[in-house]
Amino acid sequence: MSRLKPRLRAGDVLLGGLLGLRARKVRAGLSALGIALGIAAGVAVLGISASSKANLLAQLGAESNLITVSAGQGLDGTPASLPLTAESMIAQIPPVESVTAIGYVPGATVLRTAAVPAIDSGGISVLAAQPGLLSTLGASLARGEFLSAATVRYPAVVLGAVAAQTLGIDRVPPGTQVYLDGRYFTVIGILRPVPIAPEIDEAALVGFPVAGSLLGLGGHPTELYLRAIPEQVQPVVSVLSFTANPAEPEAVQVSRPSSILAARAAARSAYTGLFLGLGAVAVLVGGVGIANIMVISVLERRAEIGLRRSLGAARRHVGTQFLTESVMLSALGGILGVLLGAAATAGYAIASQEPAVLPGAAVAAGFGVALGAGALAGVYPAVRAARLAPAEALRSS
Amino acid sequence: MTTVLEIRDVSKTYPGSPPVTALCSVNVSVRAAELAAVVGSSGSGKTTLLHVAGTLERPSSGSVKVSGQEVSEFSDLELSGVRAHRLGFVFQAFHLIDHLDAVQNVALGLAYRGMPARDRRAAAAQALDRVGLSRRLRHRPPQMSGGERQRVAIARAVVGRPAVVLADEPTGNLDSAASAEIIALLAGLAADGTAVVVVTHDQVVAAAMDRRIVMRDGRVVTDTGGPA
Repeated sequence: MSRLKPRLRAGDVLLGGLLGLRARKVRAGLSALGIALGIAAGVAVLGISASSKANLLAQLGAESNLITVSAGQGLDGTPASLPLTAESMIAQIPPVESVTAIGYVPGATVLRTAAVPAIDSGGISVLAAQPGLLSTLGASLARGEFLSAATVRYPAVVLGAVAAQTLGIDRVPPGTQVYLDGRYFTVIGILRPVPIAPEIDEAALVGFPVAGSLLGLGGHPTELYLRAIPEQVQPVVSVLSFTANPAEPEAVQVSRPSSILAARAAARSAYTGLFLGLGAVAVLVGGVGIANIMVISVLERRAEIGLRRSLGAARRHVGTQFLTESVMLSALGGILGVLLGAAATAGYAIASQEPAVLPGAAVAAGFGVALGAGALAGVYPAVRAARLAPAEALRSS
Repeated sequence: MTTVLEIRDVSKTYPGSPPVTALCSVNVSVRAAELAAVVGSSGSGKTTLLHVAGTLERPSSGSVKVSGQEVSEFSDLELSGVRAHRLGFVFQAFHLIDHLDAVQNVALGLAYRGMPARDRRAAAAQALDRVGLSRRLRHRPPQMSGGERQRVAIARAVVGRPAVVLADEPTGNLDSAASAEIIALLAGLAADGTAVVVVTHDQVVAAAMDRRIVMRDGRVVTDTGGPA
């Protein structure tokens, strides 16, 4: 006579695990929650950092063809001047789409009124600007209007976002004035923040003609902003120094603000590791919780284990049953965690007006880590359940 | 009638100081369709005999044959296979799973034979009909009386058509009316050809059986229907 062996279908293994968990819903839910929180933290961190990065990349994509040309700093730390011809020379480089100049007015202060001591200028610098600045930088106005061909000749000023805040000006009704370098200028507009050129945010912008006539600026630009055809950025960069100042090309600094943004993005992602570590600790704690619950479950269900053994379950079937329950618990936690993490990512993206990005790898890793934690947590309880002697298990009813 | 359970010179000693001898050179053979009672005071070794006969415990020495197959050298997996295919158990405490209904409880063991779920449910419904519970298929154990629960347990024991049903104090938790029903059911199983061995210390139950095996201190002292 052949030796008979018991056989358990894979579907029945899963069904058995499901029924076991269903019988203890609250307990299952609570122990899955530990894993869920850890996975949620991990997925949210990865999702949020991916969303920020996507947003930044979108910005960088739009800004990667912006190039700045400056003359560096003079001995006193203030921006040095570029030649008067620099702007017109650069405008003649064929791939250059637009170019605009700003001129730093040395020593000029901006105060709310003449009554404020000059020492309280709040670090606002005065820059001469051209009407084309707005389009070249892709900047926009929060209030009022920008300098025009007409207003560049008169004491009119447009405030950067930070400068306006410093001065306590948030709207521009006719007659709003600031005390700029010893005389009153009319505020005609306030800019929105310009992330690609933060120096504009802290400046008060006036026209070149008025800067020349009232503030003593000789018309020399200190910095040029230019946009090149994106595919031609590198060749343009390589000829800019010579074009801007053929006499002293080594005194010219050429940079791409987008590379500064990229460095800032890299710095921000340093926190990601920290939060992922915290998530890992939470998963570990959740795993220990599941192991704990499963050990208790084995003790409570000794009679059931004895019964199943009497019905023909081999050690391996009993062990598999408990391991399956453990993995199912953590899978439940994993699903819950991924959903929570996705919700957190979506919430963050909506709140900060960024595109919501949830990397597939983060979802897969979150779920995989949960399954792994459940499998590890289930090994010891499963071995204990499998080793229980059937006759002894049946006596403990 | 063929011999379906054969216990030859079986001893069982539990290690310890001093070691406890639960069975000492026990010889019992059970034929198909036989209804036998194992009686004795508590500690006489009758439950250990049932566990050894049911391959739930290995004897320290001696041989156990189930359906003519010597199982002493079987692996855990092979012993489990013997239980799944050849043996049925009934316990004093019923050992039903509370969150499963009657059909699911009865069908539970058939899963370890690899039987598809649909066939398991059909066989379970049939077995419940056989014990008179065809109207209780979807009820869960907490919704049933003690007698009904034990009938579910008997249905679970016979659903796989085992050669031997081993019952450990099956009436121990029941009143006399329910006990009589259970004894009648077990007698009916034997009449249909299944060997039924009932461990009991209840003289009324024992008196209802064709054969009585009396145990004391791990030995068989009387056997009214020993091997011919």
